[in-house]
Amino acid sequence: MQIYLPIAEISVNAILLLGIGGLVGVLSGMFGVGGGFLITPLLFFVGIPPAVAVATSANQIVASSVSGVLAHLRRRTVDLKMGTVLLCGGLVGAAIGVWLFNILRNAGQVDLMVRLCYVVFLGAVGALMFVESLRAMVRNRRAPPKPRRQRGWVHALPFKMRFRVSGLYISVIPPAIVGLAVGILSAVMGVGGGFVMVPAMIYLLGMPTKVVIGTSLFQIIFVTGFTTILHAATNRTVDIALALLLLIGGVIGAQFGTRIGAKMKAEQLRVLLALLVLSVCIKLALDLLIRPDELFSLQPVLL
Amino acid sequence: MSRLALLLLSLLLPSLAAAQDIVADLSQNRVSITTSFDGSELLVFGAIRRGGAEREDEDVDVIVTLEGPQHPVTVREAERRAGIWVNTESFDIAAAPAVYRIATSHPLDDILSDGSDLVHRVTVERVIRTGGIPDHFEQSGEFIDALVRIREASGLYAMQEGTVQIAEQSLFRTTFELPSSIEEGNYRVRIFLLREGRVVTQLERLVGVRKVGIERFVYNLSQEQPLVYGILAVVIAVIAGWAASAAFGRRG
Repeated sequence: MQIYLPIAEISVNAILLLGIGGLVGVLSGMFGVGGGFLITPLLFFVGIPPAVAVATSANQIVASSVSGVLAHLRRRTVDLKMGTVLLCGGLVGAAIGVWLFNILRNAGQVDLMVRLCYVVFLGAVGALMFVESLRAMVRNRRAPPKPRRQRGWVHALPFKMRFRVSGLYISVIPPAIVGLAVGILSAVMGVGGGFVMVPAMIYLLGMPTKVVIGTSLFQIIFVTGFTTILHAATNRTVDIALALLLLIGGVIGAQFGTRIGAKMKAEQLRVLLALLVLSVCIKLALDLLIRPDELFSLQPVLL
Repeated sequence: MSRLALLLLSLLLPSLAAAQDIVADLSQNRVSITTSFDGSELLVFGAIRRGGAEREDEDVDVIVTLEGPQHPVTVREAERRAGIWVNTESFDIAAAPAVYRIATSHPLDDILSDGSDLVHRVTVERVIRTGGIPDHFEQSGEFIDALVRIREASGLYAMQEGTVQIAEQSLFRTTFELPSSIEEGNYRVRIFLLREGRVVTQLERLVGVRKVGIERFVYNLSQEQPLVYGILAVVIAVIAGWAASAAFGRRG
């Protein structure tokens, strides 16, 4: 079934778009990632112009994140307090990120910077998480898990706050800084930042994996919602028809994803997310290293 | 003054007379893009008037071009730097047609001389060059070639040699496939009548490609009320997310 997209100005197969949305939705519900780092390349592949793909995937991530958060809320696995602290840091970070992005663009090569950022962060995050979660799986098989209680410099900081859902009593400074850093990254790289946020919450803040996913989705809603409106207002590249097809698949997929996620062990989830992140990283790295078939590329000049 | 006018008139008259040599029309002069739009077909047909002046056995040829709206585009070239492929050189093309098709009655090189191509801008390379870079041919060449190559690969540009059928040396017809990824705008159809490599006369017709119905509405909203459109997009997303969750929540 072909459908003509009003903003992308291209006719595409509606079933294919529903499928892409569904696939990314499942991953989103399972891992708490927005899926921006996955859906955008998939849309390029279908032939959607890059600017439209980036803007519209932000719109679709809003839908799948809302769907995912509501499912997590029913399971009481969203730390709203923590999410709000992260979000406050994130919004400040996003503002810094936009400023940084403009500096990079004026210096040229912003495209390359973004891709290098992707490879470095996806690679580092993926590798760390993979090793850690494999160790955890081995440990669990040998002995019953011990309750993890980290006590370090993080706990010595002032402005302590109780995050009941996460079972934490820590200073607001580390989550605010994590939010800030992820905010900068998302503005520069054009993603919701879930794949950085999730590991940061697990390893830096010591939050339980199941709570992390819902909380990450919660803050992604606001970041991507803001991005969508910004893209629509400045570049006019959000395609509602495309978003609608993607999000019908996405919201349904997110529900299944949450269900699958709830049945799995935390370490298994982390291993799978690590593998996913690593494979995207390898794909991007290969794109940079292998000689492209066509050395030239076209870029429409935006008025 | 009157002498000048007379001179101008005398220059114009032959070309006016020549313009009578060919008549042509299109199967449709507007194409509507609806939600289910999946490409379209455009038939160009017409007749060549044989005056008494030329010999009956003299061959005539016809070239028909279809040209979409022109836009500026940047062509970038990637090179390996420190092991990774990086965009290095770039070239700005002031205007290149979004779609370009050429249909000919015989292989193009046999029926069109380079001189005529230069004057009448028949091939896509000439159309692009007229966009704004007449001077530095040498440098721009590989970038223009790349642009044409990429757009040919994606089906936007096409050379359809031998697809203009001429019957009885007087009636001609050809069809163009409009791709499904067509954009809005006025598409120009040019019909050239050629003899011995030279363009004898040319004719121009316009096809208006327009979005209609909901496509029109969504597009207009995004352009005229971008902020409202953006907020609407987010609201739709939130409602869809909530609806899915509510539907599954009750069942599960």
